[in-house]
Amino acid sequence: MNTMNIVYAVVLLGVLAIFFGLVLAFAAKIFEVHVDPRLPQIQACLAGANCGGCGYPGCGGCADAILAGKAPINACAPAGAEGAAKIAAIMGIAAPSGEKMVAHVLCNGGLNAKKNFEYRGVQDCLAATKVCGGNALECKYGCFGFGSCVAACKFDAIHVGENGTAVVDKEKCTNCGACREACPRKLIVEVPYAQKVFVNCSNKDKGAAAAKVCAASCIACGMCERTCKFDAIHVINNVAVIDYTKCKNCTMCAKACPKNAIEPIPTPEEKEKFKAVQKAQAEKKAAAAKAAAEAAEKKD
Amino acid sequence: MSVTTLLAISLGAILTNNFIFAQFLGCCPFLGVSKKIDTAVGMGLAVTFVMGLASAFCYGINIILVKLGLEYMQTVAFILVIAGLVQFVEMFLKKSIPSLYTALGVYLPLITTNCAVLGVALLNVQNSYNFIESVIYGITGGLGFLLAIFLFAAVREQLEFADNPKAFDGFPIALITAGLMALAFMGFSGLQVW
Repeated sequence: MNTMNIVYAVVLLGVLAIFFGLVLAFAAKIFEVHVDPRLPQIQACLAGANCGGCGYPGCGGCADAILAGKAPINACAPAGAEGAAKIAAIMGIAAPSGEKMVAHVLCNGGLNAKKNFEYRGVQDCLAATKVCGGNALECKYGCFGFGSCVAACKFDAIHVGENGTAVVDKEKCTNCGACREACPRKLIVEVPYAQKVFVNCSNKDKGAAAAKVCAASCIACGMCERTCKFDAIHVINNVAVIDYTKCKNCTMCAKACPKNAIEPIPTPEEKEKFKAVQKAQAEKKAAAAKAAAEAAEKKD
Repeated sequence: MSVTTLLAISLGAILTNNFIFAQFLGCCPFLGVSKKIDTAVGMGLAVTFVMGLASAFCYGINIILVKLGLEYMQTVAFILVIAGLVQFVEMFLKKSIPSLYTALGVYLPLITTNCAVLGVALLNVQNSYNFIESVIYGITGGLGFLLAIFLFAAVREQLEFADNPKAFDGFPIALITAGLMALAFMGFSGLQVW
């Protein structure tokens, strides 16, 4: 009896399962929906990290949106121009030409910046901004270096460097924007991959105040603006800002900066050389002006 | 079986013994798909449909089980039936109402594990309902679910604009709302059908 019971149970459930399986198999034929064959192709071109940087729920959602025309074909920043070109080929539209962009942290404070007190709370930048008015650093614009951006990065592309500020590894960066969202001080910006010169300071206080809180701050002296031959750097709101479309990466502004706030930071020798050249040029100019003035006088 | 019994079963399933508020069955989709009235109603209708069908099918299956002396296999057999039904409903929706299909998303296959559906099948057996009573109980139970999720979604749509304390924003306030609504539905427990 007991064995029969087991056999009955197995047979009954087996029969039921086969019955439902057959019904579903037929239903699948009747209710077949043709999925756009481009959908899986597009999804294959996306980065597949499900980072959410595009604003859609995962790569599947992004592929749907691209197919529906709701998202631009370069919506996936991690897939880059290469991925966008492939998707463009699938969708049959021209790929938008665009430079590869990466994230960059506009602060070089770290050890150069003065501290008001030692923050020993939760190692998170947003938390740090909530303690004692967020005054752990004297600079109101500086990078805390507690690594909220590091935690947000899914590509291991941003780390807190030796200096105590976050530094982006531009080879790994996919410009997904997660770190930009995570930074409570909004220090992380989008820059062209090829760009080499950066003003690594975001302090919008006046010169004297900025100089007091950090040894590497921009004091809005305007040296860089006067040095630049391409009209590419300007002091805006008390901080020098580079126009990346005009900048030729000549690094003259970096050498001119008295506070070493512009990357790449020049060596002392380079600086001396630059100063000497400038002095010589200024003397030459003055001499030429003098000669011209004398010549004008003689004519009279 | 008279009209009165059917009426009593219906009122019981919709109000006094509401599947969500009194029996706490099917809370997962109740909380998951109640952000917008449209999708909530869609979910409610899908659940009603599956519950009605499941009641009918499971009644038949149960007769076979009893004949073979396999009552202890009820849960397994019922889950099999329900899973098959939900698959079928999913295919049907994908073909005929794609917008509802995308709106329900992952919660549609989750009807498979919706305890209200399995609950109705098991309760039918427990209350030894006949075929018509079973189907009525299934459909009205589904309607009770529909009523609950519709009311809840309506409240939640308003909650989106409410100025809640930060700690209560989102799910916490929704859970409190659900609790208050369950309390309100307790008021029906005094209801009597002659």
